[in-house]
Amino acid sequence: MSDVKLWTWIFVGLTFSLYIGIAIWSRAKTTGDFYVADKHVHPVLNGMATAADWMSAASFISMAGIIAFAGYDGSVYLMGWTGGYVLLALLLAPYLRKFGKFTVPDFIGDRYYSDAARLVAVFCAIFISFTYIAGQMQGVGIVFSRFLEVDVKWGVVIGMVIVFFYAVMGGMKGITYTQIAQYCVLIFAYMVPVIFISLQLTGTPIPQLGFIGNSGGEPLLQKLNGLTTDLGFTPYLSGSKSVWDIAAITLALMVGTAGLPHVIIRFFTVPKVADARKSAGWALAFIALLYLTAPAVGAFSRINFIETVNDSVYEATDETATPDWFKTWEQTSLIEWDDKNDDGIVTYKAGPENEVKVNRDIMVLANPEIAGLPAWVIALVAAGGLAAALSTAAGLLLVISASVSHDLLKRVFVKDLSEKGELRAARLAAAGAIFAAGYLGINPPGFVAQVVAFAFGLAAASFFPAIVLGIFWTRTSKQGAIAGMLSGIGFTTAYISISNSSTRLPTCPTIGGSAYPPKVLAHSA
Amino acid sequence: MSNKSRGASPYWKANLKLMGILLSIWALVSFGFGIFLRPFLDQFSVGGAPLGFWFAQQGSIIVFVILIFVYTHFMKKLDAKYGSDEEQNP
Repeated sequence: MSDVKLWTWIFVGLTFSLYIGIAIWSRAKTTGDFYVADKHVHPVLNGMATAADWMSAASFISMAGIIAFAGYDGSVYLMGWTGGYVLLALLLAPYLRKFGKFTVPDFIGDRYYSDAARLVAVFCAIFISFTYIAGQMQGVGIVFSRFLEVDVKWGVVIGMVIVFFYAVMGGMKGITYTQIAQYCVLIFAYMVPVIFISLQLTGTPIPQLGFIGNSGGEPLLQKLNGLTTDLGFTPYLSGSKSVWDIAAITLALMVGTAGLPHVIIRFFTVPKVADARKSAGWALAFIALLYLTAPAVGAFSRINFIETVNDSVYEATDETATPDWFKTWEQTSLIEWDDKNDDGIVTYKAGPENEVKVNRDIMVLANPEIAGLPAWVIALVAAGGLAAALSTAAGLLLVISASVSHDLLKRVFVKDLSEKGELRAARLAAAGAIFAAGYLGINPPGFVAQVVAFAFGLAAASFFPAIVLGIFWTRTSKQGAIAGMLSGIGFTTAYISISNSSTRLPTCPTIGGSAYPPKVLAHSA
Repeated sequence: MSNKSRGASPYWKANLKLMGILLSIWALVSFGFGIFLRPFLDQFSVGGAPLGFWFAQQGSIIVFVILIFVYTHFMKKLDAKYGSDEEQNP
């Protein structure tokens, strides 16, 4: 493990110095710089930054694992988190960019000629962003503790310092260029292990095609479907949820994606309206690269897991032996084995005979080891997970800081605030938000874990209708918009608190799993 | 944003028509092929994957990307035809 640790420190050190270097190079000089990178970001680069902004630790670490265990039911995340970009490109991004302002509450307040509407929008933006950011900071802490055996608390602190550097100094300008770098890091880290696994399983180096290819003479997916069915699990290809459940969750995730403020503001940074459209296309193309690979990761790792773990002999040394990575990850309690019948053989199947508890994150974290890849590839995964978490955290921080300094101070309470004063306020707000986020990352309150799963529901119910109707229906009034946003966010919050929200999303009910990771991570994009 | 003259212009009508078509395809590939029609489509296959399942996990995503670029392309044409009202914002 020490080889892995050395490589991890090297990769984390290199990527973090890169982010700090970018921060120093891209200092924000004006509020325009700070909020929207002076609207000078090339649409393709903005697409790349949006992809990193959007894909969080959960997309990187948890999603493939959820798909591996949920099979077809996992499709809700794949369709929901990508389909939202079509709505964003067609219904929101170009019009909001045309409006030419800095923030989402800017649009709401000016479109409806109402500071009350603006304040409601500020409240929604801050509420949504804080629930989402706590999970990201926690993700940073978890990667540090998992790979470097640093305490979760110190992991969060290290993450805070890095984000502090480039978000407070560079604002949107710094965040944009670091996000571009972070996209490159995370996509490289995601693809490398999968390419090798695809070669081993299907003989093709392109995992997206290996997914629909053959493995050992029969179609890989049919084989997997047979394995899961034989062992009593939910059949991989058909899942267990009703079509209406699947459709409703997918729609909520799509609309929520289009309404999340940290994604919307990215489209304020391009020079022209036409660029906003183009940029949305590129953003989805860059996201699709990972999202078309994730189902392959899910299928490959589930097959590997079943074939190498089930019926393996724990103490054996020949080819029937339980693989080494199984024992390595047992130490982290992400995998637990309880030899119920004392036969020394690992039984992995549905029902009471099952002896294996497995955390779904294993499917990405242990992938390189399962494929027998060298230590540096494992380290790469850690750097990728950190890039994914930090890029999303920074985007959310900017929403919070702009909401305070621009929407609250400049537009409502201190209208004569100077340009310099506003920039200083923006930096202070960003710094304050980082501390609050770090605190939430270290001490996640129970309600956040519940609410974050529904940051999408909240965004879908508050911002999306107020913005889309504001654009397409000239007769939408300020009273209507305010009532709509308040009842949307109120209704959704009430629903979350009276129902046990997280049980409705597909995870891995038959597998069990330890308390880690918190739900926070699993249900943010 | 909400000027009334825009409501009737041929540019706006063409824009709405394009949006209608593209959003119908958006709904068809995801909610149609990927969800409600999946059990039926699964009797066909693409490579080694049942067609409906494939649409839910890969096909719809590919179509989504294409849709946005098609939209961008046609809007560029519309802008050229009717004279773009999008000056570069300072």
